[in-house]
Amino acid sequence: MMHEMIFAGFGGQGIMLMGQLLAQAGLEEKRNVSWIPSYGPEMRGGAANCSVVISDEVIGAPVVQKPQLALAMNLQSKEKFEEMVAPGGQFIINGSIVPDPPRRADVRNYVLPLNELAAGLKSAKVLNMIALGAVFEASQAVAEESVYKAMDFMFGKKLASRPDLAELNRKAFQAGREALKKAAQG
Amino acid sequence: MSEKILLKGNEACAMGAILAGCRHYFGYPITPQTEIPEYFAKHMPEAGGVFLQAESEIAAISMVYGAAATGRRAMTSSSSPGISLKQETISTLSAGDLPCLIVNVARGGPGLGCIQGAQSDYFQSVKGGGHGDYRLLTLAPNSVQEMMDLTILGFELADKHRNPVLILSDGVVGQMMEPVSVPEPVTSFPEKPWAAVGAKGRPKNIINTLHLNAAVCEERNRELQAKYKRIADAELRYEEIDTQDADLVLVAYGISSRIALTVKNRARAEGLKVGVLRPITLWPFPTEALRRLAERVKGFLAIEQSAGQMVEDVRLAVEGRAPVAFHGRSGGVMIQLDDVEADVRKLLGR
Amino acid sequence: MEEKLVFSRPEALTDMPTHYCPGCHHGIIHRLVAEVIDELGVRENTVGVASVGCSILAYDYFNVDMVGALHGRAPAVATGVKRGRPDSVVFTYQGDGDLAAIGTAEIIHAAARGENFTVVFVNNAIYGMTGGQMAPTTLDGQRTQTSPAGRDPHLAGHPLRMSELIATLSGPSFVTRTAVNTPARINQTRKAIKKAFELQLAGRGLGFVEVLSTCPTNWGLGAVESGQWVDSHMIPYYPLGVFKED
Repeated sequence: MMHEMIFAGFGGQGIMLMGQLLAQAGLEEKRNVSWIPSYGPEMRGGAANCSVVISDEVIGAPVVQKPQLALAMNLQSKEKFEEMVAPGGQFIINGSIVPDPPRRADVRNYVLPLNELAAGLKSAKVLNMIALGAVFEASQAVAEESVYKAMDFMFGKKLASRPDLAELNRKAFQAGREALKKAAQG
Repeated sequence: MSEKILLKGNEACAMGAILAGCRHYFGYPITPQTEIPEYFAKHMPEAGGVFLQAESEIAAISMVYGAAATGRRAMTSSSSPGISLKQETISTLSAGDLPCLIVNVARGGPGLGCIQGAQSDYFQSVKGGGHGDYRLLTLAPNSVQEMMDLTILGFELADKHRNPVLILSDGVVGQMMEPVSVPEPVTSFPEKPWAAVGAKGRPKNIINTLHLNAAVCEERNRELQAKYKRIADAELRYEEIDTQDADLVLVAYGISSRIALTVKNRARAEGLKVGVLRPITLWPFPTEALRRLAERVKGFLAIEQSAGQMVEDVRLAVEGRAPVAFHGRSGGVMIQLDDVEADVRKLLGR
Repeated sequence: MEEKLVFSRPEALTDMPTHYCPGCHHGIIHRLVAEVIDELGVRENTVGVASVGCSILAYDYFNVDMVGALHGRAPAVATGVKRGRPDSVVFTYQGDGDLAAIGTAEIIHAAARGENFTVVFVNNAIYGMTGGQMAPTTLDGQRTQTSPAGRDPHLAGHPLRMSELIATLSGPSFVTRTAVNTPARINQTRKAIKKAFELQLAGRGLGFVEVLSTCPTNWGLGAVESGQWVDSHMIPYYPLGVFKED
C-alpha cells in the first residue's frame, strides 16, 4: 500500500511541519516514508507545499505527481493542485478562506471550516493540527497511536513543560477528524 | 523512539561528515544546500571541530585546501554556481593529491538558473570543471540514507587514494526527508606523513602544484593518470535492477534513478521487460556493464534532470551496439512519470 | 689563527640559489623571515604559505613545511592551515598583485577575523613574474607594460595603501610598513617580522608586515637606482611606520 499526498498553503500555516509529523508517524510504524518541501524564497509568507509518501514498498519517485490526497489551505493552493489529484482521490479544502467551490466531480471533495475550528479552540497556531486530523481521517495512512507518538517525538522536548499545549494539539487533531467525518456523512 | 531517524538529505550529509571524522568545514550560504553549513554551525562546536563561514566560495575551498594540506578531514559544500567558483582550487587539490570532500547540491542552470534541484552539473563534475587532466571520484546519492553513507565513504576514499571526492547530489535529495539508519562513527584514520604540519625531525614537506619544467610537469601528469587508473579499477560502483531479462534498460543516477525505479515497477506490472542501471560512481562510470548489456538488450533510455549529459557517456559505452534514447527536463522542472512511461511504451513498441 | 663564524645561512633557508634578479629585495626579505624563525626556535613547527608571483618558488627556499597557494588565496589557505593545526606557526609570503588585487577579499577577511598568522606583504609596485604589468600598487604616472603612458588615475584609479586599509580593521594585532633599502631599515624590518611572529605565538591575531621592495628588471633601473627609487618615489606615497599596534 502506498499513500501519496500533497499538503499546500501559506507559509506560516504550519503545513510543512504537519507533513513531517505525518511522515514521522509512518516511520513510527517502521514503514517507508518520504517528505519533500517546496523551498526557497516562497517559504517566507508565500506558498508552501510538501509531498509526503507513506508506503509498505520501497519509495521510487518521492515527488508526488498524482496525489491520492491533497490538502489546500488557501485559494492559491486549490488552484495549483486541484487538477493534479488522482481520479478517485480526495481533496480537502480550507473552506474558511477558500471562497471557490470544488471543480472536480471525479474526486471526493471535503470543504472544511478549518480556521473557524481553530478559533473555536482559541488558538490560530493549532490550525495545522486540525488539518492533520482531517488528513489522518481521510487517508487512514497511519494509526492514531502513531500520530501521538510522532507528536511526542517531535514536540516532546519543547512541550515538556507545557502539558496544556500538548493536550491542545491532541484536541485540535481530534477536532479535525470530527470535521472530516461530519463532511463525509453530509 | 524509532531506530531510524527522519532527516533531510543535507542534514544527513553533514551528520555523516562528522561521523567520518571531519572536523573542518568551510562554506558559504547558497540554496539549496544551506542546511549543510547550518548543521555544522550548530554541531561542529560540540564535536570539537571548526565551522567557518568564508567570505566567498573561493575562500571556502581555499580553506579546505589549507586544512587538507595539514592532513585534516576537511570539506565544503555548495550548489551549482558556487561549485563553478571553486573549480580552480578543485583542479589544484587534485594536482596536489589532497584528500577532501566537496558536496554539490545541484540546482538548475546555467547562470544563476533556478533554486530547484537539477542534474545539469554532470559534465562539470566528471569531465573536469576546472583546468587540466584531472579526475574527481564522483559519488551520486539517490536517497537521504546515501547522503550519509556516501559522505562517509567519500572521506574514506579520499584518504585511501589521496584525491578529492565529489558528492554530486541535487536539490531534491538535499531537501527531502527520509528515514536514516545512523552508523557508528569512524574511529580509525590513516597516517598522513606527507602533511604540512611542521618539519619536526624530518625533511620538509611541500604541497605544490607548480612545475616550471615541462618534463617534470608531464611526469607529474603520468603519476596522476596512474592513480586515476587505480581508482577506476578499484572504486567503480553501480546497481543493476531487473536487468537480467530486460529488453529496455533505464540508465539514471541520483534523483532520476528514483523516477526510473518507479517507471520500471509500473512497466513490469504491465509485463514489460524493463530494468534499471544506476551509476553510483559517475567517475568511474560503469562503461563495461553498459557494454555487456548492449550485447543483448533492445535499447537504453537515459533519464536525467538535464538537457542530456550523462547520456553521452552511455552512448560512448554502448558504441552503437544498441539504440540509446534520452528523456530529460531542464531548469529544475521535475520529470513526469507519465511522460517517461509513454517513452518506455513507445521504445518497446507498445 | 682561530676562526670565528660570524655569518651563516639560517637553518630556515635551504641552500638553493634563488631565481631572483640582481637588486631584487626578495632575497633579503626571505632571509629576515628565516632568521626570525630560527631566533624564535620554531622552524620545526612552522608552515609557510607561498603565493603566486615572483615569490611563488618560496616553497623551495624556505626550509620549513610549505604549502603553495593559488593566486591571491594565501590568506584563506593559511586560515585552513592554522585552523587545521592551531599549534603550528603559520605565515604567508605574498606580493602586491597577489594580495592587493586578486586576493583582496581573502586578506581583508582574514584580517577582519583576526586569523592568528603572520602576513609578509612584499610591495614593489608592479607585477614582476609576468614581466612588469601595472599592479594595484603601481604609482600614479608609473610606466609599466600595461600602463605604457604611465598609470592614469582616471582610468585605473590611485594605488591601494594596504597597510592603512588593513589597519582600519579591529582583527589585526600589528600592522606596519617597512623597507629594506638601507641597513637600518633591514634591522627595523627584522624587528617588525619578529614582532608579528611573537604576537602570533602569543595568540594575539594577525600580524601584517608590508615591506617596500624593488623590481630593477621591470622598473628598468639598476640595483642601486632601484634602492634610491624606493626613497624617491615609493616612500612619499607609502610612508613607513606602524599603523596599528594592540
